[in-house]
Amino acid sequence: MDNLTNHDAMGFPQPIRFYCGGTIVAVRDLPITTTVLQWLRQHSGRPGTKEGCAEGDCGACTVIVAELCPEGAPARYAIRVDHLALRPINACIRFLPTLHGKALLTVEDLQTITPEALHPVQQAMLDCHASQCGFCTPGFVMSLFATYTRHTAANTRPARADVANDLAGNLCRCTGYRPILDAAERMFDLPRVTLDTAPITAALRAIAETTPPVFEYRAPHPAYGTAETPRVDCYSAPTTVAALDDVYAARPHARLLAGATDIGLWVNKQFRDIGDVIALNEVAELRTLTLDRARLVIGAAVPLEDAWAALIRLVPNCAEMAARFAGPPIRHAGTMGGNIANGSPIGDAAPVLLALDAVLTLQCRGRLRRLPLGSFYLDYMRNALAPGEFLRSIEIPPPDPKTLFAAYKISKRIDCDIAALSLAAAIIFAESAPPGSPAPGDTIADVRLAFGGMAATVRRATNAEAALRGHAWTAATLDHAILALADDFTPLTDLRASTVYRLRVAGNLLRRLWLETRRTDRLPPSATRARVVAVQGGGA
Amino acid sequence: MNDIGPPSDRRHSIRGFSGDVVTAWSEADAERLGLGARIGVGVPHESAHLHVTGTAAYIDDVPERAGTLHAALGLSPVGAGRLIGIDTGFLRALPGVVAVLTAADIPAINDCGPIFHDDPILAEDDVRHCGQPVFVIVATERDLARRAAARAGEALTIEPAQGIYTARAAHARGDYVLPPVHLIRESTDGALDRALATAPHRLRGHFSLGGQEQFYLEGQITYAIPTEGHGLHVMCSTQHPSEMQQVIAHALGWRSHRVLVECRRMGGGFGGKESQSALFACAAALAARQTNRPVKLRLDRDDDFLVTGRRHPFEFDYDVGFDDAGRILGFDVSMIANAGHSADLSGPVVTRALCHVDNAYFLPEVAIHGYAARTNTQSNTAFRGFGGPQGALVTEIVLDRIARALGRDALEIRCRNLYGTATNNITPYGQIVEDNVIGPIIDDLVVSSGYHERRAAVAQFNRDNIVLKKGLALTPVKFGISFNVPHLNQAGALVHIYVDGSILVNHGGTEMGQGLNTKVAQVVADVLGVGFDAVRCTAADTSKVANTSATAASTGADLNGMAAADAAHRLRDRLATFAARHYECDPASIRFANGMVALGARAVAFATLVRQAYEARVQLWSEGFYTTPKIHWNPTTMNGRPFYYFAYGAAVSEVVIDTLTGEFALLRADILHDAGQSLNPAIDIGQIEGGFIQSLGWLTTEELVWHEASGRLLTHAPSTYKIPTANDCPAALHVRLFENINTEPTIFRSKAVGEPPMLLAFSALLAIRDAIAAVGNPTADPPLRAPATPEAILDAIEAVRANEAVRAIETDRPAGGG
Repeated sequence: MDNLTNHDAMGFPQPIRFYCGGTIVAVRDLPITTTVLQWLRQHSGRPGTKEGCAEGDCGACTVIVAELCPEGAPARYAIRVDHLALRPINACIRFLPTLHGKALLTVEDLQTITPEALHPVQQAMLDCHASQCGFCTPGFVMSLFATYTRHTAANTRPARADVANDLAGNLCRCTGYRPILDAAERMFDLPRVTLDTAPITAALRAIAETTPPVFEYRAPHPAYGTAETPRVDCYSAPTTVAALDDVYAARPHARLLAGATDIGLWVNKQFRDIGDVIALNEVAELRTLTLDRARLVIGAAVPLEDAWAALIRLVPNCAEMAARFAGPPIRHAGTMGGNIANGSPIGDAAPVLLALDAVLTLQCRGRLRRLPLGSFYLDYMRNALAPGEFLRSIEIPPPDPKTLFAAYKISKRIDCDIAALSLAAAIIFAESAPPGSPAPGDTIADVRLAFGGMAATVRRATNAEAALRGHAWTAATLDHAILALADDFTPLTDLRASTVYRLRVAGNLLRRLWLETRRTDRLPPSATRARVVAVQGGGA
Repeated sequence: MNDIGPPSDRRHSIRGFSGDVVTAWSEADAERLGLGARIGVGVPHESAHLHVTGTAAYIDDVPERAGTLHAALGLSPVGAGRLIGIDTGFLRALPGVVAVLTAADIPAINDCGPIFHDDPILAEDDVRHCGQPVFVIVATERDLARRAAARAGEALTIEPAQGIYTARAAHARGDYVLPPVHLIRESTDGALDRALATAPHRLRGHFSLGGQEQFYLEGQITYAIPTEGHGLHVMCSTQHPSEMQQVIAHALGWRSHRVLVECRRMGGGFGGKESQSALFACAAALAARQTNRPVKLRLDRDDDFLVTGRRHPFEFDYDVGFDDAGRILGFDVSMIANAGHSADLSGPVVTRALCHVDNAYFLPEVAIHGYAARTNTQSNTAFRGFGGPQGALVTEIVLDRIARALGRDALEIRCRNLYGTATNNITPYGQIVEDNVIGPIIDDLVVSSGYHERRAAVAQFNRDNIVLKKGLALTPVKFGISFNVPHLNQAGALVHIYVDGSILVNHGGTEMGQGLNTKVAQVVADVLGVGFDAVRCTAADTSKVANTSATAASTGADLNGMAAADAAHRLRDRLATFAARHYECDPASIRFANGMVALGARAVAFATLVRQAYEARVQLWSEGFYTTPKIHWNPTTMNGRPFYYFAYGAAVSEVVIDTLTGEFALLRADILHDAGQSLNPAIDIGQIEGGFIQSLGWLTTEELVWHEASGRLLTHAPSTYKIPTANDCPAALHVRLFENINTEPTIFRSKAVGEPPMLLAFSALLAIRDAIAAVGNPTADPPLRAPATPEAILDAIEAVRANEAVRAIETDRPAGGG
């Protein structure tokens, strides 16, 4: 494939090629930051997919992106159908060049799956009166199509609560959701329909065979340069880490793109000029996810959905945090590496990883260095990456069996909300548990309390930790730790919560932690968390 | 009008949809349809097939004409000030910009206000709020237009002034967009003061209630296309095409017949596209006129939040006297609505709030004072309920407080204050409540929801749990139906029967998802005895039915259904007259049903009769018209019969709260609601539960935050403003229609159902109060503001715990706080 280049026989730059509507489409001349939604609605005559917010928060633009499953690569958290891995994503913040070599399925494609009738997803939505104004409906249909496809391929059926989680990234203002959840149950009762993947697979293989190892797409951007000669931007998608090193060295000012679930907003909402772009998503080494007894290593380009699923296998208690981290379309598009490198002071992954003592591997020109996550953040949205350096992977050591782990998130809304504050905690007790008893010893040998939303960066509460370390896990110790939090943090008042609330609840989350992990009279989550009562049907 | 009454075979039993039962319309309803029923069957939304296939066309989906330009609005970056200058040269030179329009480019009147002329399209001298449009960019591409508009900060010179950002601050200065209004009803002069002074118990307090963003999923959009002879064809996502036509004509200095406004459907409206689609309609029309090119103005979501207003936030101060049984003896309440920078619809919103303070309760001596405070924020406007929910909620809070003060279950106190049927049935505005069914609704719901058993279980749970506390509440709904302004209660329709027997319906209402077109099609199908496939509704269009009212105030089906029925009856009568002549049969024996026309012993296909009638030169299209009878209103005395009838309902909610964090979850909701004799039970259930969840959002997660110093709205997108998601819908949601018949001869004796359900979610807020109260003294009043965010709930918990809450019962001296 070495003879493949990014120019055609006439010397023109290669187009973006992807499978859509039963054929391979080739796109040239659209700016590299053109979104998939803009292309669908303005350039391809497929207006079924809607724009509700253009920031990945309402789901009206939900579409499915399918790619060939890399040989041996762990695509186990995507939707696997034959040789394809399908993921729901938000078209409004997905840059079009990232579709190169992939397939795009939209609401219009359901008609080609079932030309004679409505697709079961659509028929169930109709039967259950699940649309009113209809504007959000194509997005719901595509999210439910993802659910349907996942479960029919695996021959399973989701619980109603699972469907509600699958729909966490879709907003409906009319129905109140009950009929949509009904439809999600009914669609599995209708005659089964399967996706014919053969033409898609063949098309994607054909594109892959004619794509060079570093796909590059160049296009003018009418907003920059002059009217006569608009600036030409370059999008590069290296497929190996060595190539990434080379490309980044050649274009050190390029913006690294790992999922664009935040950078998409910089362009859509803030009109920030991000210049040239280097995509990390195709770099094979960054897409690896290894979980063994020694450790979990999450490649920087592993989607959040996959990374969280692996984390849950390692630490089941982070399941609630995972489920409440954005919605499925964001988790399938965004990456944990991007979340960590972007470094929001709130980002829900960072507290969990900090509590788990994660170590980052950074790379620059072939040189690797390891850095504890705790040393990575320098200040608000500033990190320790050197020029030319990129995040290669996140490594999580397996927690000691004696470690108790908990993760809490506080936000106005359960789903898809940015936390007012969050706490991830790991407590290691000095003595091993008595044989046959799950209760650990009394004395806290070590503890990590990582808070989000309490400071300019996610960070640990060192004073509160000191108040706990070496002490028995008693009410008195707890009170000392709560008092110490005031020395750890001076949180801001903003639209999500006030200083007073954040400090008070930070202490109260320590109290919850104590109630759930103390030696005697431990409370189950059904006695400490309102949401758990609701999920368990507490009012029925 | 004849034969609109309820034939007995159309009676239907209570039908329910519940969260754990998958329900499809087809089985039971298909059978009824086969028998000829067109009314009372849960047929799917007329566009459901288009919705689920992504083929329902919203305005942005209509293929653009060649040469279409795109507009974007340049917004004020400051909250208040004087506009000194706009550097249009700078803006004009930005990539893709074709034109920059300012207030000076508006040919006639720079105003788009629905009632008063105080709503500039573009800021002229004063800058009134952060986000106020100041100029229009017209560019070759939408992205380039938005990029240029985003440079407003560099292009505008504004001399900043001190803004007023809270309703309390404006009230303290006496700064209102409209004069205050007072609704007072006393048995004798001074009776209220005497009642308050001599009541065995008296409470004073205040309550703070937030606003609500409509969050229609389809943002504001207008596409204006120049037509021949200086005309405009305007596609606008609006609930009020006629008003859009008028304001465009005013702004351009044209007569109305040059402007055609069309709207096939909206992707949600909720009141936000009643008056406030006007600014965008005018800006796009202006740009199309100035450039003589088609111009589309589609707002980005953030701009939509920053430019348009929403449900009015209210501040309440109350003073209530009551007896030992908890009966209200005297009630004085002041309501300060945050109107924003202009009047918009604040006048009627405040009036409706005044007229809903009573909710379902008899208030013997009462004074209600309404203030529309002027602030430097977006101009607040219609939102489903239109002030009614705000007015009604304060009384529910007060009754809850009375119950806690007396140590009684709040349900008992509510029931003791309900309107009677023969006595205690006069509203504060003098209308007699003639159709009261709130008693039977509550009685049914108490039993069906297991209220008393669950009350005991909640108390037990609260004894057993230290962190989590549960709460339970039942609240009633009484909601007045009609526009408060009598002349708006009129509607027209056009029904065409084509020679092949197919029928096209056009009416003055707009479709925003509420199923109006479905219901109107059902009405026409029923009257003409044809199948649904024979009837098609078309886009709302000012060139068809003229001078329409907004599709608002829940009146869409009441008004337009009756107008369409009128038209259909005229056609049926003509066809029957012709058939009687043509087939020489008794006109009284002719029946229209199932696509056939029965002529005594014979029958002929509807389409056959239509063709024969056409050939006999019978007019096969007709207009229909309807005006709501009985209503009248004196805005000076605040007295009259503003409402044709009332809709009723009640809900029970059970919640659990976390006393460490203030998080809450709605565990179960049971709803029984009165839609009269439902035209379409599936659509009505959808309105009820959709309204319930929407209102739940208003009262819990949907918090609007403005920056204190700059007045900038900080919650301006779904990332920061949180409407409910699927996980906020309780796992147990039981919704039923109350079996009832409208006592007034409305369309098939149905009742309006759009807005009343907004009051059902009060039960959730009151249940949260109930749960909070469980942390402390049983007579303590939880000082809970709305929305009940985790922080608001925790604040109230802390207040109850610290015993800071107002002591419940004050017999010898007035209390403060609340």
